[in-house]
Amino acid sequence: MRLSWIDWTIMLLYFGFVLGIGAALKRFMKTSTDYFLAGRSIPAWICGLAFLSANLGAQEVIGMGASGAKYGIETSHFYWIGAIPAMVFVGIFMIPFYYGSRARSVPEYLRMRFDEKTRGLNAISFAVMTVFSSGISMYAMAKLIQTLHFLDVPFQKMHLPPSAIFHASILISAVIVLGYILFGGLTSAIYNEVLQFFLIVAGFFPLVYLGLKNVGGWEGLKAKLPPIYTHSWQGMASPRTNLLGVEWFGLVMGLGFVLSFGYWCTDFLVIQRAMAANSMNAARRTPLIAAFPKMIFPFLVILPGIIAIGLPTQRSASVMETGGVAVHAEPAGQGLIPVKVDELTGKPMYNQQGQPVLDYDLAIPEMLAHYFPAGLLGLGLTALLASFMSGMAGNVTAFNTVWTYDIYHAYINRGASDDHLLWMGRFATVFGIAISVAAAYAAAQFNNIMDFLQLVFAFVNAPLFATFLLGMFWKRTTGHGAFTGLLLGTGAAALHHGLTLPLGDAPGIKGGWIAVLHQYPSDMAQNFWTAIFAWSACFVITIVISLFTAPRQESDLKGLVYSLTERIRERGAWYERPAFLGVIVIALLIALNLLFK
Amino acid sequence: MGLDIRVPLGAMFTLLGLLLAGFGLFGTKAIYSQTLGINVNLDWGLVLLAFGVMMLYLGLRGLSRGEHLSEGGTEDQPNIPH
Repeated sequence: MRLSWIDWTIMLLYFGFVLGIGAALKRFMKTSTDYFLAGRSIPAWICGLAFLSANLGAQEVIGMGASGAKYGIETSHFYWIGAIPAMVFVGIFMIPFYYGSRARSVPEYLRMRFDEKTRGLNAISFAVMTVFSSGISMYAMAKLIQTLHFLDVPFQKMHLPPSAIFHASILISAVIVLGYILFGGLTSAIYNEVLQFFLIVAGFFPLVYLGLKNVGGWEGLKAKLPPIYTHSWQGMASPRTNLLGVEWFGLVMGLGFVLSFGYWCTDFLVIQRAMAANSMNAARRTPLIAAFPKMIFPFLVILPGIIAIGLPTQRSASVMETGGVAVHAEPAGQGLIPVKVDELTGKPMYNQQGQPVLDYDLAIPEMLAHYFPAGLLGLGLTALLASFMSGMAGNVTAFNTVWTYDIYHAYINRGASDDHLLWMGRFATVFGIAISVAAAYAAAQFNNIMDFLQLVFAFVNAPLFATFLLGMFWKRTTGHGAFTGLLLGTGAAALHHGLTLPLGDAPGIKGGWIAVLHQYPSDMAQNFWTAIFAWSACFVITIVISLFTAPRQESDLKGLVYSLTERIRERGAWYERPAFLGVIVIALLIALNLLFK
Repeated sequence: MGLDIRVPLGAMFTLLGLLLAGFGLFGTKAIYSQTLGINVNLDWGLVLLAFGVMMLYLGLRGLSRGEHLSEGGTEDQPNIPH
């Protein structure tokens, strides 16, 4: 991929604005609340777009395009089932406790509702997860830049080796993210997330338009692909009759309930955006405003993947004769998707059945290269890089807040002044990014370590929603119950993973490391059922232990538990009433599912 | 928070729109064979320019009315206990 001067100008323009916003906001950062919670002064529409964009990291754009090419429109379940209901629930029912309790973070809410040990467990696991996630995002971006080869020519001209591209990508992304968060804190991250949202729409809309026009619209695309690619609920009765390899119950309960609610309702990375809102009403509307664009994002990020696989195959297979036998030196791939090449040997990869393995992660980059001329190519690439950086920045702002308030202020320096906390927040930004850089290099050196860490994070996250659900809606829940439920829920996730294995995988990182008692048709089915087991274990154990331990005084729980909190009376125009917005979102969600069923 | 995001957002998209539309108008036309013959730089550049100008107008109007100063400190502004 060769870029021209206009592409570089667009990229530089974006990075200039990103850093400029950070610098412009520096003078407004006077207290720790300004830095960590944007002074709780941000209007609802900005918080809503940031709520959506904080989640629009590497996985979202590249990963969803790849899944679109691999699984078709069934990938939209990750949005329509796997996000929207949870976003409506958190906005209407849970934000009143987060915002109204005056907690500065999700772990701090846990301290107020339960006790110090539950906060500590959540804060430490969350802080570790965020810095490593940021590092993984950084690593993914550096790998993508290497794969796209658009820095090859400039590096050749500077007489730098190709290996320097990886180091430069890590360094530049770290410096830019550091630059704008160090000065402008959460406000800077939120403002840049808004910029990034519009940039992604601007960069991907023409891609979808050109792709659809090329294949004859949605009907033309349907005619080019098997029906299962363009129908989201087809074959969902059994895991063997759909591309995801999971049945509807596992999908709805595992993804739609446990994993989705666990992420959107408890993860401080997104909740922090609602906490920055300028009023309770704005905070409640934050996830609901985000839900509208979230519903249409599958058309921006998944559809290009489906178009990429639906187009006529671009490459022709090259055939080589070895000892009189014709072998495919380079298989053709499918549509725009090339065959995956082994990084070590440089040869095409084949699965156990001898079929070439497609490199689905290249769906979006191949689409950009195929349809975008100079100019728009710069815009599309900038949108991709913006999404990577935003993913990193979201993790860094969540980390510096939890580190400063829930670890440093809670356990290391209880008497710290607000000025000192502001300084510590900036310092945490620097060392958080430094750890992320180290994690990115660890990922490059030991890929299995990152797979292992992500697995552990999944175990820790799986039971979380049971703790919050019981904590907010059952006043009898105790701190001992919550803490034990969380620990044993994580244990249940690990146990389930250790006793089950997806079909076709060997025992190890994929599961079955204790014994193989059950085999799932796909790793997705195994993930969803691991989450269901962890949630159920945490839910039951928390109830049982709570019933055997002393509850807190009801007077201590006002504003923290549903039955002891005064109901909010919604006033104003329809678009200012969260419950009404929630009804519209759910109606649109049903309509979309019926339309693409 | 003192800075109305619509101003930098509008400024960035205005510049992006001008760049793309200008490139589409004055640059080589041969590159549009891969875009089904559509001059996407010009068309999309004009759309981005219109969006940028609109945001810039709304942001500057908001600044002149002091909207950015009244964003914070609403009725349920919490005090933050440790």
